Amino acid sequence: MPKWTMIEAIRDALAIALRDDPRVLVFGEDVGKNGGVFRATDGLQAEFGEARVVDTPLAEKAIVGTAVGLAMAGMKPVAEIQFLGFAYEAMDQIAAQLARIRFRTQGRFTAPAVIRAPYGGGVRTPELHSDSLEALFAHTPGLVVVTPSRPYDAKGLLLSAIRSPDPVIFLEPIRLYRAFREEVPEGDYEVPLGRAAVRREGSDVTLVAWGPTVPVAESAAVQVASKGISCEVIDLRTLAPLDRSALKASVEKTGRAVIVHEAVRYAGLGAEMAASIMDLAFYHLRAPIERVAGLDTPYPPAALEDAWLPSVTRVVEAIERVMED
Amino acid sequence: MQVYRFTGDTKPDQVLNEAGEVVGSLPDNAVDLALEWYPFMIFCRKFDERAQLLQRQGRIGTYAPFRGQEASQIGSFAVLRPSDWVFPTYRELAGMMYHGLEPVHALLKSRGHPDAGRMPEGLHMAPVQIAIAAQILHAVGAGWACKLRQADDVAVAYFGDGATSEGDFHEGMNFASVMRLPVVFFCQNNQYAISVPVERQTASPTIAQKAIAYGVEGLRVDGNDVFAVYQAMRYAVDRARRGEGPTLIEAVTYRLGPHTTADDPGRYREAADVERWAAAKDPLVRLRLWLTRQGLWDDARQAACEEEAEARVRQAVAEMEAYPHKPLAEAARHVYAEVPEDLALDLAERGKEAR
Repeated sequence: MPKWTMIEAIRDALAIALRDDPRVLVFGEDVGKNGGVFRATDGLQAEFGEARVVDTPLAEKAIVGTAVGLAMAGMKPVAEIQFLGFAYEAMDQIAAQLARIRFRTQGRFTAPAVIRAPYGGGVRTPELHSDSLEALFAHTPGLVVVTPSRPYDAKGLLLSAIRSPDPVIFLEPIRLYRAFREEVPEGDYEVPLGRAAVRREGSDVTLVAWGPTVPVAESAAVQVASKGISCEVIDLRTLAPLDRSALKASVEKTGRAVIVHEAVRYAGLGAEMAASIMDLAFYHLRAPIERVAGLDTPYPPAALEDAWLPSVTRVVEAIERVMED
Repeated sequence: MQVYRFTGDTKPDQVLNEAGEVVGSLPDNAVDLALEWYPFMIFCRKFDERAQLLQRQGRIGTYAPFRGQEASQIGSFAVLRPSDWVFPTYRELAGMMYHGLEPVHALLKSRGHPDAGRMPEGLHMAPVQIAIAAQILHAVGAGWACKLRQADDVAVAYFGDGATSEGDFHEGMNFASVMRLPVVFFCQNNQYAISVPVERQTASPTIAQKAIAYGVEGLRVDGNDVFAVYQAMRYAVDRARRGEGPTLIEAVTYRLGPHTTADDPGRYREAADVERWAAAKDPLVRLRLWLTRQGLWDDARQAACEEEAEARVRQAVAEMEAYPHKPLAEAARHVYAEVPEDLALDLAERGKEAR
């Protein structure tokens, strides 16, 4: 089995989908001849032709808006927004159009498009290249919001997303694109949407993370293990709709939860997770739920991002606080 | 120094002038078309008047009248076939009914019924769009799908003069032109976006000329002349079917009614202006004048036709009022392909309220 980075796994998923289904087409800014600014579509245009791997004009709203029309007309568009911060340009088409076609038409039409976008910090980018906007999409009924944290999942989740009957916002952590390699099967396989994964089993504290903060939570779990604290790490993978049973099972066991995400804390998904845990496992809780998140400022310039982002140290401190109670 | 300036003629193309005289090129089957269109226009006018009254009586909610724009809509929809993709706005009910939307269904939107957007099977027609210009990009996407399938179907975006100020219009025109897609951009310039006149939307003398900058062909027609609209639409649709790319049509018309039943046009336009359009440029009057000249219409036929139209409207209203309620729990089944666990639990907790 080959050992691949996440970006190689994503490219492979796109190639399989293009080969598997003639309705699939991949498009966005620089995805064709250039193979994508991160090389997620490297070589795909050469293999599948200019009609199916398409460089579009530089217009995010049009990229998402045409994906809506293509999907309504029976195609399977996989559109790329080059960086998630530029999805603001397309918010009407994402939140007011793409998400609502099924509901608006009461099932007469659907728009099962996939919108891929790199996101998250830690790689010293210019402004608007590192923002985590997942809460905006999770707050929009009709969208499935997915984010992988490792190559195996990236490929299997993306194939599931492309075959999903619902529109999927597929968020790819830039920091993890080339962070490590793992064995990825060469053939076609799916990782189911809507299911979290337990990355590490533990009995004292549940760490809830997704995308770029999964390795942060895992590192914190390793650090506190030496002090005799046993952490369970849940990788949510799908942020909407939520895998309630995974949260419930873990917190019923541990009685403590620390939620770790890069997006700003106020009205972030951590608040929703905390509320869900209260609903699902209140009488098992032994300590207040902690959130470790980005600061409530716009994403800062690169020189400040290490201080802004959730660090292993801050997660360890949160774990120690919930263990004190 | 080369300075780019628009120097074209801005007079809209006509086939019939305001007196109903032929000043352009009639379609070959003009008589058959007119005898189909004119009674339908009468029906639409009656429908529109009745819908406004229904709102005043509290039997439906907000309604957006199309009065004055019947020729633009029917003349353009008449060129389309069921497999073409159509993306209308909330003011296209005349065209949509001509295309096959049942009149009862046309009333459901104002009735606030969730099934209003569940368009008939067998038609590639999207439900009315509320966000200005958003549907333009959907039409471009659907046109792209037609091209990829190598079908000779086309996609049509309907929108108004106000929509040409939105980014979606410009992104859509550019995108469709770069990709040479079979799309028709059909703009009904009805002079007002709620209260704001077209002169405040654009400083260019016409909307049609905006096509030039995108490498698209542009046409400007008298939108109250159903034959002129039909001829322009046929030109644009034929081009698109032949793979020659998109066309922008500006149909110059006038919204005789308010923006919606919640609007008071007396605040922003002179009654005399409305009167002038209503008296001299009503699209129904013009077609009737031509039909009368052909010896194909008289007062007796008019009276019979109006009576039939009124009966049909009464029937639609009765059907609307008998249309079964759709509970929240049922409508909520169509957010995702499968109802998510959270939503299912929430609905169960609501109990009777949602049923």
